[in-house]
Amino acid sequence: MSVTIDNVKKIAKLSKISLSDDEVKSFLTDLNKIIDWVDQLTDVDTDKVSPTFSSFGLEEDTNQRNDVIKDGGCRDAIISNAPNSEDGFFLVPKVID
Amino acid sequence: MSNLLKGKTGDWEIVIGIEIHAQIISQSKLFSGSSTLFGSEHNTQVSFVDAGMPGMLPVINSVCIEQAVKTGLGLNAKINNFSIFDRKNYFYPDLPQGYQISQFEQPIVGNGEIMIDLDGNTIKKVRIERLHLEQDAGKSLHDQHPSYSYVDLNRSGIALMEIVSMPDMSSAEEAQAYIKKVRNIMKYLQTCDGNMDEGSLRADINVSVRKPGNELGIRCEIKNVNSIKFIGQAIEYEAKRQIDIIEDGKVIKQQTRLFDPKKGQTRAMRSKEEAHDYRYFPDPDLLPLVFTDEFVESIRKTLPELPDLKKQRFVDEYGLSPYDAGLLVSEKDTADYFEIAATGSNSKLVCNWIAGELFSFLNKENKRIDESPVTPVNLGKLINLIDNGTITGRIAKDIFEMMFKSGDDPMTIVDSNNMRQVSDEGEIEKIVDLIITSNPDQVKALEIKPNLMGWFVGQVMKETQGKANPKAVNEILIKKLIIKD
Repeated sequence: MSVTIDNVKKIAKLSKISLSDDEVKSFLTDLNKIIDWVDQLTDVDTDKVSPTFSSFGLEEDTNQRNDVIKDGGCRDAIISNAPNSEDGFFLVPKVID
Repeated sequence: MSNLLKGKTGDWEIVIGIEIHAQIISQSKLFSGSSTLFGSEHNTQVSFVDAGMPGMLPVINSVCIEQAVKTGLGLNAKINNFSIFDRKNYFYPDLPQGYQISQFEQPIVGNGEIMIDLDGNTIKKVRIERLHLEQDAGKSLHDQHPSYSYVDLNRSGIALMEIVSMPDMSSAEEAQAYIKKVRNIMKYLQTCDGNMDEGSLRADINVSVRKPGNELGIRCEIKNVNSIKFIGQAIEYEAKRQIDIIEDGKVIKQQTRLFDPKKGQTRAMRSKEEAHDYRYFPDPDLLPLVFTDEFVESIRKTLPELPDLKKQRFVDEYGLSPYDAGLLVSEKDTADYFEIAATGSNSKLVCNWIAGELFSFLNKENKRIDESPVTPVNLGKLINLIDNGTITGRIAKDIFEMMFKSGDDPMTIVDSNNMRQVSDEGEIEKIVDLIITSNPDQVKALEIKPNLMGWFVGQVMKETQGKANPKAVNEILIKKLIIKD
């Protein structure tokens, strides 16, 4: 399996990243190297192995918490991470569907 | 019953499938401890998890799991003892993580089915494909600033159940009945408040058309239609649009459309085919959800009586018609109101008064039944006063109006306004005599027009302000005017 120029452009588009032609070529090389490396996994016979959803093993259940409010109410701290904000709102370039 | 639509080339069948997004009733969010309260100041119910900050990890809310299982059981569905969470990747400013945690291949609830009620008596089965848990996104406000959108993340991370139906509905009415039924079941279960105005319940409608018996046609998805009425309008418009296109020899484009309530039309959303590449993969931050059968059974034991069973019980226990029983159970609050009012009073009369006077007053004042100034206990008392002859049915309507205004006990109103029924024959006779002597022309006319009798009854009622016992009035009038002894 190898990555094509079109794959790279599509991934960039889905990620809302604009790439120059040179960058596309460079990412094409990098992504193909990654895929080739991961491709080694296809050598392993997994016909009798169930999918691994976590490294804790199949029987391990997810950790749960009680339904209690003990977070939030920290608008200033949350908003302080935003590059742009106004009146307690995050401000982003206008997006309309 | 036929749901076929007529076109230029013959009959068409509409095929409808519905995805409902139902907000789970819980104090805190699906994966964080922030509050879910509606209408709070923007961005005050946001934790670092909800804001998608690096390194923050989701921890699942046990109540949300129970609510989803409960809803699954209410939809007669298979509960999956093993399910996993996946990341649905897409880019949008109100989705700070860059992905929504959802369930893709292995949802918490599998196949189910519900019965929907159509025009009172007909019942149709609609199959449920699945129910899965997922996070809600935040909210973008586009009209606050000329060049920027505002983002409020209060809703980000609130637990939703996505309930997907099979394409089993074939008319706007069936689709509406389906949504009403699912909403009603969730309200009985108290797993979702069903409030479409506040967005606690949202529906995406998939519509396609085909010639009866043919393969399924190409479908369009109508997004976020936010009222039962609009859902009907959107389906009717969309089906007609698709039939026109096919009959003109063109092909339907599979697309996502929006309903415009002002125009009553659907229109294509800006094309974003690429966005449908969600690149789902299992979320490595969350372990699978594993249930024992005992856990599922322990939830099953907490289920309340659901609408279908309640309806049957109302028929059996109170002797109501299936139509009346269906009407009462269609809202849990109405069914509860009825049961309190009917305790120790005539249940058929209680039902009639709820469906008649009470609904009409509530509609006029735009109140819900749980806000009714006439308590169910007081309605029961009023009906007992009619039933035991203390007041007439006619005066009961006046009393009801006063009860609706003041919230008073009916007996207090009867006593302080001297509204007891007059059954004393001597007293009624005196009034009848007076009316006969002062209306000789009408007495004469009665000989050729027997239905003038009603006019005499009306006069006596007017004279007694509706308090005379109608049976006694009739008997005395017949004795004096027909038999003439």
